[in-house]
Amino acid sequence: MVLLVALAATGVLWTAFAPRGTAEDTAATNEAVRAGRALYLQGCSSCHGLQGQGGNQAPSLIGVGSAAVDFQVSTGRMPLAAPGAQAKRKDPIYSQTQIDQLAAYIDSLGGGPRKPVIDEAEWNDADLAHGGELYRANCAQCHQAAGAGAPLTYGKYAPDLSHATPTQIIEAMRTGPESMPLFGPGQVDEADAVAIAKYIRHVSEAPAAGGHGLGKYGPVPEGLLAWLVGIGGLLAVCLWIGARQKV
Amino acid sequence: MTTVPPPPLVKRPGPVRALNRAADERFGTQGALRRNLNKVFPDHWSFMIGEIALYSFVILVLTGIYLTLFFDPSNTEVVYDGSYVPLKGVEMSRAYASTLEISFDTRAGLVFRQIHHWAALLFVASILVHLMRVFFTGAFRKPREVNWLIGVGLFVLGILEGFAGYSLPDDLLSGTGLRIASSIAQSIPVVGTWASFLVFNGEWPGENFIPRLYVVHILLVPGILLALIGAHLGILWHQKHTDFPGPGKTEHNVVGHRVFPVFAAKSSGFFMLVFAMLALLGGLAQINPIWAFGPYDPANVSSASQPDWYIGFLDGSTRLFPPWEFRGLGHTVPAVFWPTLILPGILFTLLAVYPFIEAKVTGDKESHNLLQRPREAPTRTGLGAFAITFYLVLWISGGNDVIAKTFDISLNAMTWAGRVGAIVLPPIVFYLTRKLCIHLQERDREIAEHGIETGIIQQLPNGEFVEEHRPKLPPVPDHPRVPTDRVALPSAGDGHAKGALVRRAGRAVSGFFVEEEERQPEPTGSSSQHPEGGH
Repeated sequence: MVLLVALAATGVLWTAFAPRGTAEDTAATNEAVRAGRALYLQGCSSCHGLQGQGGNQAPSLIGVGSAAVDFQVSTGRMPLAAPGAQAKRKDPIYSQTQIDQLAAYIDSLGGGPRKPVIDEAEWNDADLAHGGELYRANCAQCHQAAGAGAPLTYGKYAPDLSHATPTQIIEAMRTGPESMPLFGPGQVDEADAVAIAKYIRHVSEAPAAGGHGLGKYGPVPEGLLAWLVGIGGLLAVCLWIGARQKV
Repeated sequence: MTTVPPPPLVKRPGPVRALNRAADERFGTQGALRRNLNKVFPDHWSFMIGEIALYSFVILVLTGIYLTLFFDPSNTEVVYDGSYVPLKGVEMSRAYASTLEISFDTRAGLVFRQIHHWAALLFVASILVHLMRVFFTGAFRKPREVNWLIGVGLFVLGILEGFAGYSLPDDLLSGTGLRIASSIAQSIPVVGTWASFLVFNGEWPGENFIPRLYVVHILLVPGILLALIGAHLGILWHQKHTDFPGPGKTEHNVVGHRVFPVFAAKSSGFFMLVFAMLALLGGLAQINPIWAFGPYDPANVSSASQPDWYIGFLDGSTRLFPPWEFRGLGHTVPAVFWPTLILPGILFTLLAVYPFIEAKVTGDKESHNLLQRPREAPTRTGLGAFAITFYLVLWISGGNDVIAKTFDISLNAMTWAGRVGAIVLPPIVFYLTRKLCIHLQERDREIAEHGIETGIIQQLPNGEFVEEHRPKLPPVPDHPRVPTDRVALPSAGDGHAKGALVRRAGRAVSGFFVEEEERQPEPTGSSSQHPEGGH
């Protein structure tokens, strides 16, 4: 009897506190998962396995979450162009709708970081200078002070950040793709993550103040220009002046 | 009516003449002025490379003075509140904040900063090219060894001055460089820690390091540079310029143009062109964007941190050197000691004493005023090519991360290629260069002895074919023979035809690199014509 009452109460409580998704939402999600699964089976399963369980050549996708899917596929890193030290950024081959469907399917396999949504107010409130400080403390040692990227060991590299969208930047921080460490919400909270993304976008978009930016690497391209154009040009001038008179 | 005769016409001296007369009447300057303005300088284009360094230095001083008006060499921490938004509210030193102010809030500040920095790069680069020209033509030989030593001193000081300069803004990149410099100082056995404390006034990063560096950069080193440049030019003036052998040129004369007006006009024009090049670079190409690097913070470091190009070879040697650390007798000698202190010590010492080594080995005690072409001293040219190759490998390795990233090469492969290349390539290049020089010499000799191939094929009665060789025509002197260095030459009258210009430019280059078809057979008696007597 007590058991019956308890069960009944649980049932009532469940209906009271159950997730408030509408039938339509659920239907849409189911539809996305189904479409995503079809895309997955066609484009991804040969490496990642029919159930997303991974294989000899590719990691398991169970629990990686929609953020990882959106990052890898929207930056064109997945599907992989060729095996190598590291997946290269290229034009995405799936549309954003298809990527969302794939993300919904992988998400349905079991949790993981969700694709971040940055609203406009949050973006506008983000502190650019603070983002810069965080960038220099956490990101510059691999991605270079101006986000130009730099090599790691054996052909791996920290990529150039100038093409990364704010969403992709935060996804990378939350999922730690390839050699990149994972920066969870405990280390970099939501507002800080947005500030870092805002700083990266700023240094990527702002025009170089002093003329041509020379790839933002500083001394190496500067030295090259000084020798090729500076010394090269002035030696040509020497020759020209030397040729103006009888040698 | 009587006619008054008109007063006799007296030609009044012009203002220049009047000034000259006034100075002469008071200081007796006429003799010295006449002597010096009549000094003759030879015309070869490669003699103008050193001038690039001189003019860059002048521009460095001019732009540097402007920058000192706004730069605040202070370690004091401030909170930035200027117009560069991405750093607003960030804590930084006064030095960094005032450099931002120069870049964003001072009229013409950024372009002056950029011209100053480009001029620094070109200053050291032109010294190096000038040094190579002097080396490969044997211009360092007696009596010019002292000027060679002064030149090496200028080169080293130029590097130091550049390093001190780009370290002043206290940005993340230069702070990283200074941190490395302090580590290098600490790596010296026994005295390292004290050396570092002495230079940085205690533990890194110290409290008042930037003011010290500022004094070094704007007073101490430029003062010494100026004095050495004065000595360098004074000795050149006294000893007179060297020249390549040619018609009318001997060990005892100088053929060329007088200081006034031709040489002065040429040099002033060249100064303007150097200035134009620096303005072009400073106006169009960003250099050292300190705002993009951020303020220095000992906790931060950026990937792909490089020094300016002239320190690059030391960065490269450090990247290539294996991590060998020696411990013993209660001391540690870290790996960084060898590639950053011992290696440059050896390199610059060898560079400085090279003229004396060569004189010793060849037994050549003569004075030389005529230059050699690189092929005439195959071993020296080979050694120079050896040194350049070694330097280039280190230099490229200094930027190996940027190169690896740009060309998609594994960084580890770059490092190993540098390690192998630094050891294997220089001897190969030495051998090939020396061989090439000897072949070119043989070719010259063949032409001198057998004449020039005419392309006329003759068939002999027995059916054999022979090509006719003709003896070389006696060279047509471009200049009349000149007895002394006091006499200037008439300048070229036909230098305006386009074809003539291109042809003569071609000849100017070929005199250096390609065999010269109109070289005389060796005159006897002149020791300069016998290269490397004792090799």
